[in-house]
Amino acid sequence: MNSDSTAASARDRNAIRAAVAEAHRREWGFVLAATARITRDLDAAEECVQDAYVAALDAWAKQGVPRNPAAWLTTAARHRALDGLRRDRTLRSKLPLLVPDQLDEPEAGEAGVGETGDDSGIADDRLRLIFTCCHPALAREAQVALTLRLVCGLSTGDIARAFLVTEPTMAARVTRAKKKISAARIAYRVPDVAELPDRLDAVLTVMHLVFTTGHTAPSGPALVRDDLVDRAISLARVLRQLMPDEPEAAGLLALMLITDARRRTRTDAAGNLLLLEQQDRSQWDTAQIGEGAKLVTEALRCGGRPGRFALQAAIAAVHGEAPSYAATDWPQLLMLYDRLLVAWPSPVVELNRAVVTSMVSGPQAALDDLARLEADGRLDGYHYLPAAKADLLRQLGRRAEALRAYQAAHELTENPAERAFLGRRIAEVSG
Amino acid sequence: MAQYAILIYEAESGYANGGPEVWKEVGEAHTRFAQQVGEHGSKIIGGDALEPTATATSVRADVVTDGPFAETKEALGGFYLIEARDLDHAIEIAKLCPARFGGVEVRPIMDTSGM
Repeated sequence: MNSDSTAASARDRNAIRAAVAEAHRREWGFVLAATARITRDLDAAEECVQDAYVAALDAWAKQGVPRNPAAWLTTAARHRALDGLRRDRTLRSKLPLLVPDQLDEPEAGEAGVGETGDDSGIADDRLRLIFTCCHPALAREAQVALTLRLVCGLSTGDIARAFLVTEPTMAARVTRAKKKISAARIAYRVPDVAELPDRLDAVLTVMHLVFTTGHTAPSGPALVRDDLVDRAISLARVLRQLMPDEPEAAGLLALMLITDARRRTRTDAAGNLLLLEQQDRSQWDTAQIGEGAKLVTEALRCGGRPGRFALQAAIAAVHGEAPSYAATDWPQLLMLYDRLLVAWPSPVVELNRAVVTSMVSGPQAALDDLARLEADGRLDGYHYLPAAKADLLRQLGRRAEALRAYQAAHELTENPAERAFLGRRIAEVSG
Repeated sequence: MAQYAILIYEAESGYANGGPEVWKEVGEAHTRFAQQVGEHGSKIIGGDALEPTATATSVRADVVTDGPFAETKEALGGFYLIEARDLDHAIEIAKLCPARFGGVEVRPIMDTSGM
């Protein structure tokens, strides 16, 4: 053969590898969720899905990339699972297995797996998988780890690096959580209507935690953080797609999209933190803000009292759509914060509301609010409280008091970019 | 159906200080609980109340000592053995279980049939 065709086949191999990698990123959770229902064992399901991706490298090189990669991979993984079931029938009878949904038709039979790669026969089990990973009987950190591992297909090493723990620690955390799911019989199902509000809140919280870890990581390589943000947005997109009538799912996705649209403007070229009023708004991703704002409208229109994610997204949208800091619709923000306080009575929300108050009624009114917050003690040790207070005092020209408050904030802050920012403020008011 | 233990951990002082009135109320609460378990599609297979930890004797490597295995503010004061479909079902039952001076812990029973 001549070198042209060798080069062409190398190009093909690269294209196949890229297609498999893309399918891994996009479809892992779908394939695993469908396979787990057959194996009724998460480890066995992971193995079958891993095998299916390896088989895809060869098969797709020969037959071309299938029209529906997820369906192809699911069929391949479920075939492997059924082979395994036949082989290990006696062994499995001794293992604790995932508890199937009571209302489930016995679809896990062999006839249930389509031979054609047609996706019509393959149910989307991702919601079951997501709710199982985020079950309240698991610790929050285990919920996060399991979701990233099983729904996103992240390796234990990547998850460990993202959360700044060693790989053995993270591996032990994942193993312990999987063991509890099978031994305590956490059911592989979507909760019923009565349980749904609480259970959904855990799912939203886990996804938001993945996002904020990526968005404001205290340290670690930048790449990992961006990857976490992207994973969180993908998770929120899947949840939104699977629960289209759930306003908080729309709210969470909107909040992430609008917050992330400012990703590039949060620090200057030297890595210094920039406040909202200093950010270059022309660099904001307006398409992403627009997508988020549309979701906010939808979430708020749904009737009923809006939840905390929809309201936070609405607040982010008001900022995102303002032409400048000064021209922001502060009265509208104040109204949204009042509603947020009802949905989510948190001192952190009260603190943020005080900053908005300063823009509507001036710094003195906001200082009065902060004095009440300081007195109640719930935010002791939270560096944003003295930082906000310092800023208001600076605006009022009370420099000595501002200096003391900046120093208090500086002492409580660990993030290097935030420390540097407070250091500059201290120099300003001391001068 | 799987089996779970519902372990009732309570501050013993609640009963020591409460007098006969408390005992009567708690007794009635447990009778109500036993009725509700069936209505919720579960079944009580066993269970009992325990005498307070002042009556406990610990044995470790043949050494006998007075008192419970571990001194805690809330001590194991009784238990139920129930049948439930899955953990969510067991938690639903556990939420009904009286424990006014503490709370309950749900533990799956280990299947030792294959061992």
